[in-house]
Amino acid sequence: MASSQLSVPVETVPAPTYRTSIATRLPAEALDIAERPSPFPFTAIVGQEEMKLAFLICAIDPSVSGVLVFGDRGTGKSTAVRALAALLPKMRVVQGCPYNCDPCAPTGLCDACRSRPLTSTPKTARRAVPVVDLPLGATEDRVVGALDLERALSLGQKVFEPGLLAKANRGFLYIDEANLLEDHLVDLLLDVAASGENVIEREGLSVRHPARFVLIGSGNPEEGELRPQLLDRFGLAVDVKTPTDIPTRVEVIRRRDAFERDPLAFARSWFSEEQKLRLKIVAAREGLSRVATPDAALKRAAQLCVTLGTDGLRGELTLIRAARALASIEGAASVADAHLQRVAPLALSHRLRRSPLDDTGARLRVNRAVEEIFGA
Amino acid sequence: MSESARPPSAWERASYAAALFAVDPNACGVRLRAGPGPARDAWLRALRTFLPERAQLRRVPLGVGDDRLLGGLDLSETLRLGRPIFDAGVMARADGGVLMFAMAERISSATAARIANVMDSGEISVERDGLARRMPARAGVVALDEGLGEEERPPPALIDRLALCVDLDGLGYGALDAQLFGRDEIARAKALLPAIIADDRVIEALVVIAAQLGVASLRAPLLALSVARAACALRGGARVDEDDIAAAVRYVLAPRATQIPAGDDAEEPQAEQSAAEGPTRQDDESDSSTDKDQHDASPAQLDDLVLAAARAAIPANLLTLMEASPTFRARAERVGKAGAAAPSSRRGRPIGARPGGLRDGRLALIETLRAAAPWQKIRRDTEASADARRILLRPEDFRVVRFRERRETTAIFVVDASGSSAMARLPEVKGAIELLLADCYVRRDSVALVAFRGKTAEIVLPPTRSLMRAKRMLAGLPGGGGTPLACGLDAALALAESVRRKGPCPLLVLMTDGRANICREGAACREQALEDALHSCEQLRAARISSLAIDTSPAPQTQAASPVSLLARAMNARYVKLPFIDAAHLSNAVRAAARAW
Repeated sequence: MASSQLSVPVETVPAPTYRTSIATRLPAEALDIAERPSPFPFTAIVGQEEMKLAFLICAIDPSVSGVLVFGDRGTGKSTAVRALAALLPKMRVVQGCPYNCDPCAPTGLCDACRSRPLTSTPKTARRAVPVVDLPLGATEDRVVGALDLERALSLGQKVFEPGLLAKANRGFLYIDEANLLEDHLVDLLLDVAASGENVIEREGLSVRHPARFVLIGSGNPEEGELRPQLLDRFGLAVDVKTPTDIPTRVEVIRRRDAFERDPLAFARSWFSEEQKLRLKIVAAREGLSRVATPDAALKRAAQLCVTLGTDGLRGELTLIRAARALASIEGAASVADAHLQRVAPLALSHRLRRSPLDDTGARLRVNRAVEEIFGA
Repeated sequence: MSESARPPSAWERASYAAALFAVDPNACGVRLRAGPGPARDAWLRALRTFLPERAQLRRVPLGVGDDRLLGGLDLSETLRLGRPIFDAGVMARADGGVLMFAMAERISSATAARIANVMDSGEISVERDGLARRMPARAGVVALDEGLGEEERPPPALIDRLALCVDLDGLGYGALDAQLFGRDEIARAKALLPAIIADDRVIEALVVIAAQLGVASLRAPLLALSVARAACALRGGARVDEDDIAAAVRYVLAPRATQIPAGDDAEEPQAEQSAAEGPTRQDDESDSSTDKDQHDASPAQLDDLVLAAARAAIPANLLTLMEASPTFRARAERVGKAGAAAPSSRRGRPIGARPGGLRDGRLALIETLRAAAPWQKIRRDTEASADARRILLRPEDFRVVRFRERRETTAIFVVDASGSSAMARLPEVKGAIELLLADCYVRRDSVALVAFRGKTAEIVLPPTRSLMRAKRMLAGLPGGGGTPLACGLDAALALAESVRRKGPCPLLVLMTDGRANICREGAACREQALEDALHSCEQLRAARISSLAIDTSPAPQTQAASPVSLLARAMNARYVKLPFIDAAHLSNAVRAAARAW
């Protein structure tokens, strides 16, 4: 086979001037692909209501900290994540900040934005919420960020080049096939996701920057089970199944086919649906702080967790937060039993202490406990 | 399609699939099931003539590393030129061409996931060695599947995305002649493709047929739709009709079938054998009448027409396959582990590098240089004594090779479910196995279950990691009948060898009271049965399969007198007596046997 050794030279991108102790710049973007093709619309995904709800909850309250989507092949896990990116309303960022810092936020800023005098108002820009895809085979240096190769080699300058974690700040980080990711990378991601900060220490490069993101993992049970420590770190877990009834399946294929034949026309036909949901998300975010959490709801949540014997408080906290986000989506003034009931399986089913041989599905146990507590 | 009434030969069908692939390579990947040989070469030659002249066919070897597959820093060029040089991987270079994956049945699931990702998105995103790139990678994929039995096949993630399944098995050298299409015809079909209409009726038919064939994945009907469109384009049509659907069913859905479509059950598999030889074009006589005619066909009628094609294309031995493994196709599999690696090696296969001191392992030289490369200029500037020709290494550059630390183990439980055992001890044996299963879960082993009773042995559960399923199968295990010990051991040996071929170490756990009373041929004769069993044990020993014999006989015997201890000695197994052990003891015994490698 005649394989010509073609090496793609790095295009030199003029670095934006940016006040910081260590100059930073965005990684060289794609050379050949100008823009990503429009993704499949979120609202056009047939069924999979739980998965969609889990994503929306995280979009409204990022502190719910992540969704794990586990399930059959070809159920639209990746499709839904990519659709989410297009669905979410754009966010306001400090212009040129590689970490997407929020111009209005008092905390959680990167060094440069923090050191800015209070009197000066930064230039702002609107940017799509980042949904960063962690490609399989990514190396650690690209994930956490490392030395800017180009400048180090050609100019001998020590410049930090932010990695994927920087890109994902204030957005989502998607790990497809989480169970295939190498263990040391998983540990690293979980650590950063939990602390909200990425710290790099290497030969005089000493950088810390905010890295608050919602972790979305997907996996296939056929490839093996996930470690329990990993499971617990995800706020919500969803089990997706291939729909089995014919009309639903036909509809899935029909939409997918229409999309593949003409993505733009398909996106246009779903535009108003998308817009409607987008506005709903905006309203739900704004209303979130006004949703009351009565003591009764707190008590119910505690009861539920005690009955199920979930480890730690993480489950209880997530349950309350998710219920509050749901209440906000529905425009309710306070968290009610119905909200708790609906999010309980999402927030708790992956936290049950289970014997590997217990036949009873976790879902079933959660549902039973819900019936027991709320049924009375 | 041809108007000839003669059914197409196997070769014609295979090269028709190549033509379908050439029409729409990005949507219709091929799983080419064939050993290396003239048939496969001829098929690839045919494919070559179908593809545009400038299209590249790239062969990707097994075990290709991420730096070659995805791309990464070109170390020598980077050091030479003093600026980062990105070396595109094979998948990016194959953009617009075709990628052939050699020995696809042994591709690891990690590699398969990378390929699948590129197939899904049509682009490749690389975040490696300090470089970030996104490049188009729209390549057709041909998986060269050289698997021998149903057990050996490419990772499910790949199978799920490869539309066409072509089997060249049994094609003689003389059969490889006809050239169905010319390059121009394919090019014409390609031009027609975007305008081909497939109405809802077609989609419905494909979904219904997929359901009737027990194809669970939603990707299958979608791929079938692409293939139907390609078939339509190939015959120069404008609208997908029954024939196109039939082609899609034959090449896409039928090979994925997990059940024979319900309906005329009277038709038995033997009919399929002959039908498989000459599929579907017989009903071509009725075809090509008028377009209007086909319009009027209701989805139901369409299904009937096409189901005949489906039945014809289903592998003749599907039923037997399904009987052999109850969850045919749906089971968890690990594929593509390196084959006969030295079993004594404790270090395993290198799987990349990680930062670390030299004390942590073996130095990965290239990776270390790669880590040091970007810093060279900076270090030279700060170090006064720096010699321009030397590469300046610092401790934090060191990368050490990571090894797959432990070869995975597949514990094969060989369970005596005969009357003698079953009456008294089966529940107890089940309890013991459950304990062992919990232990396997902790050690991330996979398990398989072989049960013998009556006159035969069967693989109740093929190797799986799903402990749930193992437990469920166990709970439903019936007991009673004779004790065909030799059969059980033979079945276990066959399974152990196939497990070993795939990579993991088999570990055999035999649970019996040793009272064999059915000999290998099925006759009831106690002496002969024991002799046969001992003979099987010796074969296991010759195959060097580590094993553990658990004596479940109820009567307290001395170890020397127990037939199980005889067996254990013959197969060089550890001997454990069930009544005298507790849970911890049993689990320790298995662990010790696993370590005995």
